[in-house]
Amino acid sequence: MSTRRLAADDLQPDSFAFNPANTEWVKTQIAKFPEGRQASAVIPLLWRAQEQEGWVTRAAIETIAKTLDMPTIRVLEVATFYFMFQLSPTGEHAHVQVCGTTPCMLCGAESLVAVCERVIGPMHTVSADGTLSWEEVECLGACANAPMAQIDSWVKGGFHSDYYEDMDEAGFEAILEAFRKGEYPKPGSQKGRFASEPLGEQTALTADHVEQHNAAVSAALSEGAA
Amino acid sequence: MSNFDFLTDENRIFTNLYGQKDRSLKGVKARGHWDGTADILSKGRDWIVQEMKDSGLRGRGGAGFPTGLKWSFMPKESDGRPHYLVVNADESEPGTCKDREIMRHDPHTLIEGCLIASFAMGANAAYIYIRGEYVREKEALQRAIDEAYEDGLIGKNACGAGYDFDCYLSHGAGAYICGEETALIESLEGKKGMPRLKPPFPANVGLYGCPSTVNNVESIAVVPTILRRGASWFAGFGRERNAGTKVFAISGHVNRPCVVEEAMSIPFQDLIDRHCGGFRGGYENMKAVIPGGSSVPCLTNAQAKDVLMDFDALSELKSGLGTAAVIVMDESTDIIKAIWRLSKFYKHESCGQCTPCREGTGWMMRVMDRLVEGRAAVEEIDMLLEVTKQVEGHTICALGDAAAWPIQGLIRNFRGEIEERIRALDTGRVTAAVAAE
Ligand SMILES: Cc1cc2nc3c(=O)[nH]c(=O)nc-3n(C[C@H](O)[C@H](O)[C@H](O)COP(=O)(O)O)c2cc1C
Ligand code: SF4
Ligand code: FES
Repeated sequence: MSTRRLAADDLQPDSFAFNPANTEWVKTQIAKFPEGRQASAVIPLLWRAQEQEGWVTRAAIETIAKTLDMPTIRVLEVATFYFMFQLSPTGEHAHVQVCGTTPCMLCGAESLVAVCERVIGPMHTVSADGTLSWEEVECLGACANAPMAQIDSWVKGGFHSDYYEDMDEAGFEAILEAFRKGEYPKPGSQKGRFASEPLGEQTALTADHVEQHNAAVSAALSEGAA
Repeated sequence: MSNFDFLTDENRIFTNLYGQKDRSLKGVKARGHWDGTADILSKGRDWIVQEMKDSGLRGRGGAGFPTGLKWSFMPKESDGRPHYLVVNADESEPGTCKDREIMRHDPHTLIEGCLIASFAMGANAAYIYIRGEYVREKEALQRAIDEAYEDGLIGKNACGAGYDFDCYLSHGAGAYICGEETALIESLEGKKGMPRLKPPFPANVGLYGCPSTVNNVESIAVVPTILRRGASWFAGFGRERNAGTKVFAISGHVNRPCVVEEAMSIPFQDLIDRHCGGFRGGYENMKAVIPGGSSVPCLTNAQAKDVLMDFDALSELKSGLGTAAVIVMDESTDIIKAIWRLSKFYKHESCGQCTPCREGTGWMMRVMDRLVEGRAAVEEIDMLLEVTKQVEGHTICALGDAAAWPIQGLIRNFRGEIEERIRALDTGRVTAAVAAE
């Protein structure tokens, strides 16, 4: 358990509103749940607010509470309980989440953490130029492609969230520098694996390969990754 | 390699686990999915549940509870409350990365499974709760759900079988505890993910107070193929009580880590030799393995040598199959540190609701902090073991046990190494003191 609090008042903007596209999207989320159970949409809405603003502001919490007809304190509880909600500003271009749990640690995660410290700065602070921030997180469920990091980014005119896998120090540093410049490097395995098959000759599902990229990489490429 | 009967592609349920084959609905159907789904439903609820029992499928989420039996706990008739299937796609147990591949590359197996399982439990809706970090997997799965609606496979009169079925995708936001089934339900209701006291069990009071069954992604995704090919086909893989094919995730010090579907009860060494290009530096160079995700105790090289990868064989060795997430560690590994990192994980993820877990996970991690450096007294090893026993079995949910077991495994198997480190530091201290004089 750890204690998480909202950012200081001087960092908090006065207001929050979902943009028009997101306002429409909010309705589709509420519609997934039975009448009167709209509180079920609170996590998706908070996440969408973070996608839009980069972090979860007090104003967003208050707006979402009104939208879902929930007491503000309940939304605040949710925002502070779940670790993916960033409660203070993150890097303008990217927020990097290096997995540090044992399977990644065994494959070199500590050296990726060292790269972040050197290239970005201390954990949970924004780099001097404002573009990048980072933190160490727990297992991201991609351990067969360790070591890896999830990078949430606001580049190429939109929000993206991708896994960068099978990394080494030099490659990771290059990825961070690309994000710093506002580029959107191609995610997925950095060793040339398609997905989570063994590197090199495949031992299963060997026939009928027609797709060019795995589903996650395809999505990123369609959003402008290169 | 032994003469184990390795699984062949024609017996793989997940025909596109790596996503290299045509991922369109057309491609999915060409591989045999969504084939005769209406016929399966027409055989009725009881037939489906019985067939699932006969298949021997045990839950793939970690605990290994028989799936057909679990479904039979749902009320036969509705008392007016709707029934729900809730799919646990939270996949956060360190080492585990199998459901991810199903959701991004073979999502229709899961959606078809949701329809059939829901029908078998009298549910007209299923909620899939995916971990928040799986953004791309969420997108791929949602696309497949949309496709299934457009094609009439789900929705009103699903598959033309006269049954209405809705499938909704929601998500979490980074909290391992939400994988515990009642915490997941709380989270899905829009609250903090804090496990509920049981009873009542979800089959009576689950999502929105309604009868619900929570199943793992893989448990549900294998259902359509089992019913199409028959319970005895599935039961033909693996040993008695350990039936079926299984998606293994292998990480750590093997030459080629991967995710692969194999037959249950595959010998450990065969699994690694066949699919992972062997152990880094050979089997002799392997120090320890965590065979079933972070929550199960590790095994030594000698213990793991001939072990079969199934529920019973691993529990005989006081470990477990868990989620079949195999974490291999070679001789270069600081095993104390490897387990310490898991202690840090459990401390971070405890929801804080019960005292033994909240205080215990912190206490255990702080002792582990010192053991990594050898900064402890040898007697503290037994104290630590004692604390793990006080946490184990004394908490609302199994996270307490999960935090205790890796440490118990470490002490059981590597006590000598812990003591050695303590002594080395002591000797260092003495030497330093002598040098200072
Ligand atoms: C702390 C904790 C975390 C868990 N995480 C997961 C998870 O991520 N995915 C999962 O399927 N089951 C998880 N489980 C197990 C679930 O509580 C539940 O047993 C499982 O979803 C049942 O599905 P099955 O019968 O199909 O295996 C977790 C249990 C605990 C105690
Ligand atoms: S055992 Fe730990 S995680 Fe589970 S309910 Fe208690 S405090 Fe929460
Ligand atoms: S330990 Fe890093 S993704 Fe699982």
